[in-house]
Amino acid sequence: MAPHDGHDHDHAHGHGEQHGQPHPHRPIQEDLSYRTESAVRARALKELLIEKGIITADEVRRQIEIVDARGPHMGARVVARAWCDPEYKKRLLTTPNAACAELGIDLGETHLFVVENTATVHNMIVCTLCSCYPKTLLGIPPDWYKSFAYRSRAVREPRTVLAEFGTSLPDDVEVRVHDSTADLRYLVLPRRPEGTEGWSEERLAAIISRDSMIGATLVRPDA
Amino acid sequence: MSVTFAIPAEAAVLRVGQEVHVLPEAPPMSVGKPHIRTPFYIRGKTGVVAVAVGSFRNPETLALGGDGLPTQPLYRVRFMQRDIWPDYSGRPDDSIDIEIYQHWLVSAA
Repeated sequence: MAPHDGHDHDHAHGHGEQHGQPHPHRPIQEDLSYRTESAVRARALKELLIEKGIITADEVRRQIEIVDARGPHMGARVVARAWCDPEYKKRLLTTPNAACAELGIDLGETHLFVVENTATVHNMIVCTLCSCYPKTLLGIPPDWYKSFAYRSRAVREPRTVLAEFGTSLPDDVEVRVHDSTADLRYLVLPRRPEGTEGWSEERLAAIISRDSMIGATLVRPDA
Repeated sequence: MSVTFAIPAEAAVLRVGQEVHVLPEAPPMSVGKPHIRTPFYIRGKTGVVAVAVGSFRNPETLALGGDGLPTQPLYRVRFMQRDIWPDYSGRPDDSIDIEIYQHWLVSAA
C-alpha cells in the first residue's frame, strides 16, 4: 500500500482549497516507463549522437513536434473531401498519396491504401505482426491498436471485437479485415452517415473519428 | 478498382483473381534469423490474389542489414475466414486481406 492510500488525513502538500479535506484522489504515481530497457537504450543513443555532433537536441525536439502535430484531424479532412467530391474520392481510391498531397498532406515514404466501407462491406484494420499504422496521416496509433488482445482477436473474431467497440452492423454486411503485414498502410473510408446532407467539409470533418478510420467504429452525426 | 503505385511490379507472375497457396513454412534462408512478414496463421492456407501491389525490397534480408534485393512482388491476397478458422462464427462471406510477397505464394492451379 502506498503511503497515503485511503487515509482521511490533513496534509500540507498543495491541493489549494482542499486542505483539511479527505484525499480527493489516489496518490499520483510516477510514470516509470522511462526506465524500461528500450527507453534507456534510445536515450543513450540520442545522447551519443548529440555528443558526436551528428544531430542536435533542437532537431530531435523539432522532429517530436512534427510527429505530435500529425493526427486524426488530417485523415478526417481527406475523408470529408471524399464524401463531398466524387471525383476526389476516385482519386483517393486509385492514387491515395497524390490525393492526400492535393490537401497539402505529405505522406513521405508511406504507401497509403484506402478501403471504402459500403452498404455491403465493412473494413477493419489490424497489424498482427507489430503495429503498422498510417502515422503520417493519422498520427500515433491508440494503445489498444498495439495490444496483443486486439492484434490477435481482430483476425480471429472481428465481429465480437466490433461489438465490444459498440459497433453493430446490419446482418447483410460482410466484415473484411485487413492485416497490415508489409509495405502498405491503410485508411478506412467510412460511410457518410444519414442526416448530414448539405453539411460543409469542416462540419463533416469534426464528426470523423480516429477509430472510424481504423474501422473499429462507424461515423455518427452526433459525435 | 485499379490502384496505381509508384513502384513497378516488374517481376509479378501472379494475376489478380488467381487462386494461390501460401507456403506452409519458411523457405530456406541463407542468412541469419529470418524476419518473416507472412503471419503464422495464414501459412498453408489458400486464397485469391486481390491486388498486385508492386515490388518492394525483401524485408527478410533488409531487416538483417542486407539491401533487400532482388525486390519481391507484393500482393494483397484475400482469404475466407471460414477457411482459416474452422469454427469461425461470423458470416460465411467474411474475409481477410493480407499482404504477401511472391516467394511465399504458389499457384493453386
